[in-house]
Amino acid sequence: MNLSMKWLQEFVDIQMEPREFSEAMTLSGSKVEGFETEGAEIQKVVVAKVLSIEPHPNADSLVVCQVDVGAGQPIQIVTGASNLKPGDVVPAALDGATLPGGVKIKKGKLRGEESNGMLCSLGELGLSGGDFPFAVEDGIFVLDSECSQTLGQPIQDAIGLNDVKVEFEITSNRPDCFSVIGLAREAAATFDKELHLHSPKVKAGHGSCDGMLQISIEAPDLCSLYSARVVKNVRVKPSPRWMRERLRAMGVRPINNIVDITNYVMLEYGQPMHAFDLRFIEDGTIRVRRAEPGETITTLDGVDRTLTGKNLVIADAKKPIAIAGVMGGEYSGILDDTTTIVLESACFHWASVRTTARDQGMRTDASSRYEKGLDYHNCLPALERACELIEMLDAGDVLDGVLMDDKSVDNHHSLPLEAGWINRFLHLSLSEEEMKAILQKLGCTFDGDTVHVPTYRPDLVSKADIAEEIARFYGYNRIPTTGLTGSAQGKYSPRQKFDAAISQTLLGLGLSEIVTYSFLSPKSYDKIAMPKDCPLRRSVTISNPLGEDTSILRTVALPSMLDTLARNYNGRNEEAALFELACEYRPMEGQELPEEKTAIVGGMYGKGFDFFVLKGIVEELLRALSVPECEWEADPGAYSYHPGRCARITAGGETLGIVGQIHPLVAENYGMACPVYAFSLDAEGLFRHAQPQKTYRPLPKFPAVTRDLALICDESLPVRTLEKAMQRAGGKLLESIQLFDVYQGEQIEAGKKSVAFRLSLRSLEETLTDEQANQVVNKMMRELEKEGAVLRS
Amino acid sequence: MKEQLESIRDRALQELGHTGDLQELEKIRVNYLGKKGELTAILKQMGGLSPEERPVIGQLANQVREQIEEGIQSRADTLKQQALARQLAAETIDVTLPGKPCRRGAKHPLSIVLDEIQEIFIGMGFEIVQGPEVELDYYNFEALNLPKDHPARDTQDTFYISDNVVLRTQTSPVQIRTMEKQKPPIRIISPGRVYRSDAVDATHSPLFHQIEGLVVDKGITFADLKGTLETFIKRLYGEDSVVRFRPHHFPFTEPSAEVDVQCFNCKGQGCRLCKNEGWIEILGCGMVHPQVLRNCGIDPEEYTGFALGMGLERVVMRRYTIDDLRLFYENDVRFLQQF
Repeated sequence: MNLSMKWLQEFVDIQMEPREFSEAMTLSGSKVEGFETEGAEIQKVVVAKVLSIEPHPNADSLVVCQVDVGAGQPIQIVTGASNLKPGDVVPAALDGATLPGGVKIKKGKLRGEESNGMLCSLGELGLSGGDFPFAVEDGIFVLDSECSQTLGQPIQDAIGLNDVKVEFEITSNRPDCFSVIGLAREAAATFDKELHLHSPKVKAGHGSCDGMLQISIEAPDLCSLYSARVVKNVRVKPSPRWMRERLRAMGVRPINNIVDITNYVMLEYGQPMHAFDLRFIEDGTIRVRRAEPGETITTLDGVDRTLTGKNLVIADAKKPIAIAGVMGGEYSGILDDTTTIVLESACFHWASVRTTARDQGMRTDASSRYEKGLDYHNCLPALERACELIEMLDAGDVLDGVLMDDKSVDNHHSLPLEAGWINRFLHLSLSEEEMKAILQKLGCTFDGDTVHVPTYRPDLVSKADIAEEIARFYGYNRIPTTGLTGSAQGKYSPRQKFDAAISQTLLGLGLSEIVTYSFLSPKSYDKIAMPKDCPLRRSVTISNPLGEDTSILRTVALPSMLDTLARNYNGRNEEAALFELACEYRPMEGQELPEEKTAIVGGMYGKGFDFFVLKGIVEELLRALSVPECEWEADPGAYSYHPGRCARITAGGETLGIVGQIHPLVAENYGMACPVYAFSLDAEGLFRHAQPQKTYRPLPKFPAVTRDLALICDESLPVRTLEKAMQRAGGKLLESIQLFDVYQGEQIEAGKKSVAFRLSLRSLEETLTDEQANQVVNKMMRELEKEGAVLRS
Repeated sequence: MKEQLESIRDRALQELGHTGDLQELEKIRVNYLGKKGELTAILKQMGGLSPEERPVIGQLANQVREQIEEGIQSRADTLKQQALARQLAAETIDVTLPGKPCRRGAKHPLSIVLDEIQEIFIGMGFEIVQGPEVELDYYNFEALNLPKDHPARDTQDTFYISDNVVLRTQTSPVQIRTMEKQKPPIRIISPGRVYRSDAVDATHSPLFHQIEGLVVDKGITFADLKGTLETFIKRLYGEDSVVRFRPHHFPFTEPSAEVDVQCFNCKGQGCRLCKNEGWIEILGCGMVHPQVLRNCGIDPEEYTGFALGMGLERVVMRRYTIDDLRLFYENDVRFLQQF
């Protein structure tokens, strides 16, 4: 909210630079977002008087003026405006002047006539008709008697365009600070100054309003107090300059005296006001009630709105005339022929206003105040202030008496001042008196050790709240700093260490880490060729997504990886090798929250990558994570992957992941015309199977015997099958099997392949003899033959 | 015979000087010292010498043998050195040619800084706790003093899954879950993904990362909060960082504060980086609200605590002068490899 420093001065004497003021207010808890001096952009524009106006010799649309700018000699200025007459006092931009928006004015010749500046309109000074209602908007701004007429004076000072606007961020717990008085109270406490509050006085005396309106609150849970006064013989006209200036500085456009007064009081007291035309209140009845479902109202902004039972309305005998706390109805506003008005000052429940404003999609100055929660004690003073201003501005005749329905529940509250606790809590040693002095400035009163909290501070309910007030005005930055005491062990959990090891290993193997959104489009599942009936299509769905693209949470992270690879591919990066520790969200039957699993997803494309590079990476990862004895088997059924180049990794029958080349059609869906490789591993599963506990094995004392075996078998027979056969037969003596050749082609029968292994045989107890080695190999050959492999002759 | 020996020696040494490789050298050795060599032949004639002459000539013959052997050895060394020098010369490469790529992967900048922050807190005795991202409204809001329709909910545009389930807007629900499970003393940080329904642009993202911290114990004070955060900030931003605490409001802490660090770019003078304020807001914090403690079954008369929260992306953006949040989630390798 903007604060006019001129207005603030009325309540507290603040004489300092805006920067200093802002800094101190920020540090006491009223955060200043910025400040701005009105008219600061305007330079060398002065008050001037038009002495004479002559036609331009060369242009019918221009005139040549002699202008007194308070500098002795008059100067000549050419203008196109037609609203001037000799004697008018106007703003003149002199040679070298600057106008809002950075416009520079220089002297020069206009159609042959010298012009030493420019006479300005309202718009050229950054103002509008509302600011100076007597001025024409499409001509030169002629100053009237409300403005200073001192020639040569900077225009900002002459027309009061010199206020300082300070913009505050008001936190939701301080609705009282959405007002000049509220901020003045904070400023007075911050700078330890007197707060000068004013008690409004209404003369009235134009007859009684008794019986003119019957007010009844029918929803006391949503409205605690409704008060109104009646003003007759309303004289609608512009409000005076000082009021317009203040409204402008606070960012509110001046309209006319009645509307301006309601806005003025709202800004000053924080209490929204509304004015109804009495003519349109049928049967002299005001009912504060819930709307009937389906009931309609056309609001002041001309929109037809359908209401629900959640919305509170102000209604007359027949229809709603305003949406309570949000906006008035079309006919309730002030019209040119309005004679009698009803001024409303009421307290509506914050939650109801908030819901209504949100549901109806209209947040107004009034609703944004109500929805923070207002104090009903403020209603009557604000109403009095409005009536006082009506009399002050001669805007109408205020009738005697206040019309009111009061359903309020007393909101005074008190709590003990626990000075000892507060001192311990803040690590301070203030006396009770010092604490009371701070609280007193905020409006608290005392009864011994009991603090009576002002009703506009419902946020002060516990001793911690009181401690905050003490801390704010004592100064957060003056409170000492201490370190934590007591022993505590900081550490990563085993699982966190495991995840860190995954990252470190993959980084070491050349994969870069990525971070992707958890969101997907439901279409992503089509892109990765997930079958229509796959249960993984059932995703956590956002009910209010930003767009279809981000409307569900991924059950699998592969699409996020493929998106990222595709983005790199489209960015002409020749290769990419990436991984992500990606969260996947799987809805669980009968559970409100999904299961959140971590998948290790890798992906790569580019020169030098093939299935076996990928497999080597995954194997090394498994080794680094101490996940032993994983089985790799061909998985032609894994959608998303190439049916002939995809492996499933299992351990103890449990699937731990999929590794393979992405199906060319899936790659194509992502616009990638090159082989793409990917893997997805279940981090939890790997963690469960990891065997980080290592036991030392003695280094061998006896030499190994090596034997090379060249076998012939069907080309479709997996090498792993042959290895398993050898392992079965080899027993403890088989130290290792190393594949060194797979060959198809000349000399090999079609449909067959030659597979060559180097075996290492070793005993821990003795040096193996040839005979022993041959026995093992023969046994292996028998197993291999069962699988359909024979020695290559 | 003496002359013969000397002549053999002189010829041998002279021939050695002309040898170009090890084979020639071997030939010379065979010619002079071999079984059928000249020196051997002479020595065979020693039998015909007088007993007086025999030791003299024998000695000389041995001398000659040694001299020739030495000569061969030394010539061999020279030849080997020369051969090596030729080989090395031939093997010379242009060391300014580029190396063969053997690249480590690049850690994501968000992870780099998160790890650093985690290390700092672990050093101060904190543990790291994670919790669900899809969270019950209760944990994300209600237990944190944000009942339905609370005005502060407006500032956190929330993604809803159902009336009761949201994408967490902060990692604070982890604090609630921890306090429900664990008796004080508690000293944790909870990093993780959080969600707000902000459209993507250079400074907004519907998903970003937060790190929150929580300390609950007997006798925790506002001064402890200040001290802990000051230590943290100095470790993260350097020992000469200037820190200030500014009152603020969060529904789940009381008193609450925002913490600014003096702009490291302009040292408080005001510049573009700090939007002319001289200070950069880096985190929010406060003493845990008594009602929040009560919501978790912790007696606020017995225990007090503090909590803190910060956004990760902004810290990383400032550290590397990254001006567009989207880069983090686009993961272009040309971006990733810069860190």
